[in-house]
Amino acid sequence: MNLAARLFSLGLMVAIWYVAAEFAGSRVLPGPQSVGLALLAEAQSGALAFNLGATLVRVMVSFVIAMALGTALGLWMGRSTVVDRLADPWLVALLNLPALVIIVLAYVWAGLTETAAIAAVALNKLPNATVTVREGARALDRQLDEMAQVYRMGSWTRLRHVLIPQLEPYLAAATRSGLSLVWKIVLIVELLGRPNGVGFEIGVAFQLFDVTRILAYAIAFVLVMLAVETFLVQPIERHASRWRPRAA
Amino acid sequence: MPLAGGPGQLDVSIQEKAYRTASGGRHVVLRDLAFRLPAGSVGALVGPSGCGKTTLLRIITGIDADYAGKVVLPDHGTLGMVFQEPRLLPWRTVEQNVRLGAPLASDAELDALFMVLGLGNHRNHFPGELSLGLARRVALARAFAVKPDLLVLDEPFVSLDAALAASLQAELAALVSSRRATTLLVTHNIDEAIGLADRLFLLSASPAHVVADVPIARPRGGHAPEEVAKIRGEISRALATVGN
Repeated sequence: MNLAARLFSLGLMVAIWYVAAEFAGSRVLPGPQSVGLALLAEAQSGALAFNLGATLVRVMVSFVIAMALGTALGLWMGRSTVVDRLADPWLVALLNLPALVIIVLAYVWAGLTETAAIAAVALNKLPNATVTVREGARALDRQLDEMAQVYRMGSWTRLRHVLIPQLEPYLAAATRSGLSLVWKIVLIVELLGRPNGVGFEIGVAFQLFDVTRILAYAIAFVLVMLAVETFLVQPIERHASRWRPRAA
Repeated sequence: MPLAGGPGQLDVSIQEKAYRTASGGRHVVLRDLAFRLPAGSVGALVGPSGCGKTTLLRIITGIDADYAGKVVLPDHGTLGMVFQEPRLLPWRTVEQNVRLGAPLASDAELDALFMVLGLGNHRNHFPGELSLGLARRVALARAFAVKPDLLVLDEPFVSLDAALAASLQAELAALVSSRRATTLLVTHNIDEAIGLADRLFLLSASPAHVVADVPIARPRGGHAPEEVAKIRGEISRALATVGN
């Protein structure tokens, strides 16, 4: 039932696209069949896999860096009032700095390098993760902390079995919003200063007004992220919340 | 009470413990509170609600280090504690909770503990699936599994119905006797204290200090009602002499 509804909704979207393409003409909005053929051609030449891979690696690396640093900083700020007061203005500044400014400055200061690209993306995501995890750190249960202290649990045990599970809902929220944010910013970073990746390909297609290719790459990458969500993020979440009583 | 300090005994002497109140004043919770608990015996701290029993336990277990005085834990100071609330990790199973508290416990030791406490069928359950009585048993299992040099119990039977409290108390008495753990029990229930302890330490109202040290003949022997009445009489006399 659930799957049928999803398939119907997707089919409806393709049908509307098909009809709209008939009216708009192939240059402005190519139909599903020509986009599908373009996708197939890119896949056969190997360019699709190469560019998707390049983008995906950038997404994963910058996401992991941003989450790790953001979690550490958020925990620190949530636990210590002094650190919170000192770091909060920086955080607000970073939160409100436009992504484009960070990217351009990173390229200007560090050159058109992979390091600059990944650092710029991570820096864009970092404040979101920090803010979310800070809320989680403020809500930590002192009683469990005392229990861990009395039973002399080591720092690894405390981290893995006491701290992280309490932060899990906050980490899940940061992951959800983070993945979609990060991949969008990665595309901009690639457009502005990388010689490969989905963003670079879309940039090239834009210069040629090749809407078919733009759509082909956009759809391919959305499908990849959908797969990441379905086969990676959701199973991890299910595992992490297995102890919660099921909603009736 | 042995005068020489043995390595297995708990030695508590607190000059003062005070809190800063919201209005900026000082509220003294404990003053000149001292007692000694010999190795392998069970001491019950009995006192009125709000007299600072939980504060005292937080000092003894090292959670609160902000006080004037000295606490010497028995032997290596390995602690097993049962808090008023079970304080289990909700995202770990019963067995994982016990193993995380007591990583050195062997499978055979855990099997035995789970059997004695009737937890055999619940090893793979999560705490959210347990009743309060069962969760308390898990907390007890965890405390015993560490083979503590000092076992601390903070009102372990509070908010259980009378029958359940009685059966858990009997299990606890059997465990304490068989393992000879030096145990400190906090309660405001005198009958509970008489049923479990070798000696009672009676606490005054706040600022709390020990007003009497009442030894129990035949501890955990299943006292007849007249014996309990006699001990209760001793307690009232002890309290009367200090004008409390």
